[in-house]
Amino acid sequence: MKSSKPARSIATWSLAILGIAYSGLALALALEWNLQPAGSKLAADIHWLHEAVMVLCTAIFVGVFGFMFWACYAHRKSKGHKAAQFHENTTVEILWTVIPAVILVGIAWPTTRVLVEQKDTSNPDITIKVTGYQWKWGYDYVKGEGEGISFISTLSTPRDQIEGKAPKGEHYLVEVDNELVVPMGKKIRILTTAADVIHSWWMPAFGAKQDAVPGFIRDLWFRPEKTGTFRSQCVELCGKEHGFMPIVVKVVSQEEYGKWVGAQMKMIAASADDPNKFFALDELKKRGEQVYAKNCVVCHQATGKGTPPAFPPLDGSKMVLGPKDAQIVAVLNGVMKNGAPTAMAAFGKQLNDVEMAAVITFTRNNWGNKVGGADGLVQPGEVKVLRDKK
Amino acid sequence: MSAVVDTHGHDGHGHDAHGGGYHGAGGIMRWVTTTNHKDIGTLYLWFSFIMFMTGGAMAMAIRLELFSPGIQFFNPDLFNQFTTMHGLIMLFGAIMPAFVGFANWQIPIMIGAPDMAFARLNNWSFWLLPFAATLLVMSFFTPGGAPGVGWTLYAPLTVQMGMGMDLTIFAVHLLGMSSILGSINIITTILNMRAPGMTMMRLPLFVWTWLITAYLLVAAMPVLAGAVTMTLTDRHFGTSFFNAAGGGDPVLYQHIFWFFGHPEVYIIALPAFGVVSQVLPAFSRKPLFGYASMVYATSAIAILSFIVWAHHMYTVGMPVQGQLFFMYATTLIAIPTGVKVFNWVATMWKGSLTFETPMLFAIGFLFLFTLGGFTGLMLSLVPIDIQLHDTYYVVAHFHYVMVAGALFAAFAGVYFWFPKWTGKMYDETLGQWHFWLTMIFFNMIFFVQHFLGLAGMPRRIPDYPLIFETWNKISSIGAFGFGLTQLLFLYIILKAIRSGEKAPQKPWEGADSLEWTHLPTPVPYHSFETPPVLK
Repeated sequence: MKSSKPARSIATWSLAILGIAYSGLALALALEWNLQPAGSKLAADIHWLHEAVMVLCTAIFVGVFGFMFWACYAHRKSKGHKAAQFHENTTVEILWTVIPAVILVGIAWPTTRVLVEQKDTSNPDITIKVTGYQWKWGYDYVKGEGEGISFISTLSTPRDQIEGKAPKGEHYLVEVDNELVVPMGKKIRILTTAADVIHSWWMPAFGAKQDAVPGFIRDLWFRPEKTGTFRSQCVELCGKEHGFMPIVVKVVSQEEYGKWVGAQMKMIAASADDPNKFFALDELKKRGEQVYAKNCVVCHQATGKGTPPAFPPLDGSKMVLGPKDAQIVAVLNGVMKNGAPTAMAAFGKQLNDVEMAAVITFTRNNWGNKVGGADGLVQPGEVKVLRDKK
Repeated sequence: MSAVVDTHGHDGHGHDAHGGGYHGAGGIMRWVTTTNHKDIGTLYLWFSFIMFMTGGAMAMAIRLELFSPGIQFFNPDLFNQFTTMHGLIMLFGAIMPAFVGFANWQIPIMIGAPDMAFARLNNWSFWLLPFAATLLVMSFFTPGGAPGVGWTLYAPLTVQMGMGMDLTIFAVHLLGMSSILGSINIITTILNMRAPGMTMMRLPLFVWTWLITAYLLVAAMPVLAGAVTMTLTDRHFGTSFFNAAGGGDPVLYQHIFWFFGHPEVYIIALPAFGVVSQVLPAFSRKPLFGYASMVYATSAIAILSFIVWAHHMYTVGMPVQGQLFFMYATTLIAIPTGVKVFNWVATMWKGSLTFETPMLFAIGFLFLFTLGGFTGLMLSLVPIDIQLHDTYYVVAHFHYVMVAGALFAAFAGVYFWFPKWTGKMYDETLGQWHFWLTMIFFNMIFFVQHFLGLAGMPRRIPDYPLIFETWNKISSIGAFGFGLTQLLFLYIILKAIRSGEKAPQKPWEGADSLEWTHLPTPVPYHSFETPPVLK
């Protein structure tokens, strides 16, 4: 061990191996193989930490296995090497216990610093509540500029692309109908929660990940330092469509953000559904089809046949063809079985009275379902009555 | 073991005379009623291989679906069922029973005992397993299919599942019972049935690691049973342990689960350490370096494993103090693990090395398990874990520990002790092929998954964005190769049993524990009816 000859050979060998590995990596560089580019200082700090520990680990790995491979090469029986019979050495054993401990303290120091920074969610400029639903995200701007804006963000990749009936687009599976818009340079605090099961909200470019736990509020923060669109996905298994609930954040300049907020506010004022209005059947069916496509289709399918037994058919369903009140209550409050919630979630919090009336009317008058009459048409007012009763 | 007195020429003194062969019931009843530790060991090993193939078939299905973006072969529901059952079957059906099989075969003949302490209990411990496995597999054919919730069975997703979930819960209960009974047997055997002179600090390291593992099992398995029972009552009896609306907390499940789950990692790893600690010295023709420190390091790992559980939960939302505690405690594990790795390398250093198949697998274990250890260190650091949690980086990490760690060690053990068990030699050339193909394909599957995880691919998704396509293709091709290679293993074993050459009395020059020095090859059906003499 004390002679420098093996050490030099190890170095030569390691260099050769590194050279081969490097050319392999150069090939791989064209592909995605490392953390996504940082979009905030916190993410940059995390990436620095990752790289530093990576270099340290690689050095130790090469060192330790340098010894092992040298033994494999030089201490072979086929080369006539006679086995030594030593089996302990107190000095060496103490050294290789103490040195790793010191290295660990060295790693713990900068890590703790980054962690404390990461957990400091105080004094945000904008606070946004994120709610995980099976299988979409709800965003509510609860404090700061944009307060009151609220929308649902759903996968916008067409089913045809997923099923291989159409060519896949550039942002396949990481594109949504409504992006989360935030201004650059502001401290954004995200509150996470969920309506059904545990989901997890992740934005790698900002080093921000937090589980969304039903019944509890957790938080995280980020301060974006680049404009642009950042993409990610739900990272906690949340059922059948877990792979299909992307997260897209659009970072814009402060000025653009102001404009966006203004436009959103106007839209809220203009498009407010009037729950007291009476709608015609065709009007409701048309609106209902859109609501169905966004909220129901992944389980009950476009054909209304569902995927039984977990997701029953609506086409020909007893409940859909029966008295309307039962169906309204089911869609409002979800379906329970033996006292436990099923995959049929409570949509009362996600859909307003008009949307609710529309989608129920749609299911009652589509596919083979021809209810007609008073039970075939649901008006928003009827939903409101049952909603208030609860 | 240098501690064992060399007794050349004493091999099998007097044992064959009356120890001899098997006299009981024939045919299938032999295996149903057997109380012989060797028969039961064999049962465990074959059962584990069947489960390995079953779980492996599911892995093939997963990699087939992930070969290309888009949904091609399996709907997302079925895909989730495969990932769940692959995990449960591999952990509880394949790896754990494999090492219990080794324990059954090896512990009595390594400590000079005639059999396990509780022979009938031993029979029952095994025969619980096929029923548990049947329940698991049956769940696929119930309405709604097997649970698609991941092997961790996180609440409250479990509440949404069909009847398959209940079958899985009962299966986990049976598996837990089997493990606890088996462990009590192992502890009692090691503490009470050692030959005179076989003091604790002369025990072969494999026996030591199993003693500590058995204690971990007795402590951890009831916790899992509790967690799944609470899930069962939440599902059917109106309780709200994990339901916030009823005053419960979904995260409570995770705390309970991982209080079992982290020791479980070492339940799987420690016996693997034990096997490697037997194989490396044998083929280095040199005593194990730092025997005492190995024992202490193993104990330290076992104790630490109970105070680090929440490092699986950094993203559930913990106060910063909690994260710091679990991070520091977790990084501490690197110290005893490091001691073990250094000891193994020091064992090889200045030895007289040969590279038969068991040694190759042991070296493969050492090299790749350590790599998995380093990614573990990476994941123990909270800020880095926040980026990598629930991505393919984690999938890569634990497969380096479970496959390159536990499975490689199991292969090393099978090749190492096969001649002792059967009196036949396996085909060395084919064995080496098995090693190299396994090694290459393993890295092809899992090394690239580090890249996928870093680049942001979540785990447990049936379909993925286009940027992940190339690595997934490479990983899938590796997986198919890996699967086929394991058929080669089956062929090698069957060929050796049918027409293997007769094994010499001591096929491995450097092996020196009791079963090699004091018993004939193949080892007779009844061995050590009178305890061996150790000085």
